[in-house]
Amino acid sequence: MGLKCTIKKQIKAFSIDVAFDCPAGKTLALIGPSGAGKTTIIRMLAGLERPDDGQIVYDGMAFYDRSRRVNISPQKRQLGYVFQDYTLFPHLTISENAAFSAKDRNEVDDLIDYFGLTELRNRKPHQVSGGERQRCAICQALATHPRLLLLDEPFSALDVETKRVLRAELKKIKEERAITVIYVTHDIHEAHYIGDIILPIVNGRVDRAWLERIVAQQAAVNGQAKVARVPKLALAY
Amino acid sequence: MEFMPLYLSAKLATIATIVLIMISAPLAYFLVFLKWPGKSFVEALISLPIALPPTVIGFYLLYIMGPRGCGGAVWEKIFGGSLLFTFTGIVIATVIYSLPFAMQPIKAAFEKLDVRLRENAYVLGLSPVATFFRVIVPNSINGITAGAILVFLHSMGAFGVILMVGGSVTGETRVASIAIYEAVETMDYKTAWMLSLAFLPISYFFLLVVNKLTRN
Repeated sequence: MGLKCTIKKQIKAFSIDVAFDCPAGKTLALIGPSGAGKTTIIRMLAGLERPDDGQIVYDGMAFYDRSRRVNISPQKRQLGYVFQDYTLFPHLTISENAAFSAKDRNEVDDLIDYFGLTELRNRKPHQVSGGERQRCAICQALATHPRLLLLDEPFSALDVETKRVLRAELKKIKEERAITVIYVTHDIHEAHYIGDIILPIVNGRVDRAWLERIVAQQAAVNGQAKVARVPKLALAY
Repeated sequence: MEFMPLYLSAKLATIATIVLIMISAPLAYFLVFLKWPGKSFVEALISLPIALPPTVIGFYLLYIMGPRGCGGAVWEKIFGGSLLFTFTGIVIATVIYSLPFAMQPIKAAFEKLDVRLRENAYVLGLSPVATFFRVIVPNSINGITAGAILVFLHSMGAFGVILMVGGSVTGETRVASIAIYEAVETMDYKTAWMLSLAFLPISYFFLLVVNKLTRN
């Protein structure tokens, strides 16, 4: 059970060709440099882009299968997706955004409390900080009871301290709810902190050597004490 | 002063504006967000009234809405009367003539919307129709209002098309612009002045609103 994925897609600069699994309840961190194809991969998982070939299966349900001509719409995949930038609905308040597609209104109130948004519930997105907007975006995604939570560099635009706090909150809630998470990042420390499995993507391919190089470079910069913290490499491909 | 022409103009503009917004918003959605064959041809067809003189459009509509035209014949079969020289006829003509003027600001507003808002709505489970009403329309309200005001003003002042399709039937199709023309023709300058002056503050006020909305 969990996510099984084999995707091929030609994009402008290169072709994406990856295969990976993510067991149910685990977090897969997709890491790689900017423009490596990570966001395109996560968009294909969400159904916002269509692969040229391959198969995406979650808990036995085919989201996409070219050989069987299956391509389930984003609406029917029951996913949570937190975008890189703020995509809250500007005409709605924080509370209305969080409850936008919620199944249970009481649970939304609990989520709003959990993410410390109670005081801000009647404000519009432009009246709160970037960190608060992303907290609300996570509430919005979780309130739909997603089968799979996709996060595309959700904290990249935030300051270091807010990022640290939000990462901790996210890690706690995903462990409490045992949700399967696909987390896109270009930050090795973030990938290591959040991910149970790390999948390095460079130019649309899994590139383990790139990750080892980055880890070695970081170790050289930070000193031998951190060398032992080699991330958990994904060898699912 | 005759109030009937002003009343008819306001009534025509109000009905045409409501109909136009109801048509233009979904049409703009199809043109902006969906890919389909022949889209550019339909887009150019809708924009034709911008390029053609009103009398030319009026002439085509006179033929189409007449008893020998496809539109007029079907109308007569269903409702048993002519479309020409009736208030309904000038509403239909105004809607066709003003369609591109309603479409442009609404299309521009839709094009400005961040595509991720739509994508977020889809991922959250909303159908395209629900996304249109719950996300696209509320976030394009300034563009839609600007389109409504422009079309209202455009319809208030329509002359050539209405004269061709509706003529000048008192209490039915003799709108303010036609009444002004006739007053000048008969050298009744007092009536022409009164009716023309009534237009000025209305148009100026609405244009101020449009400018404010466009800036927002």
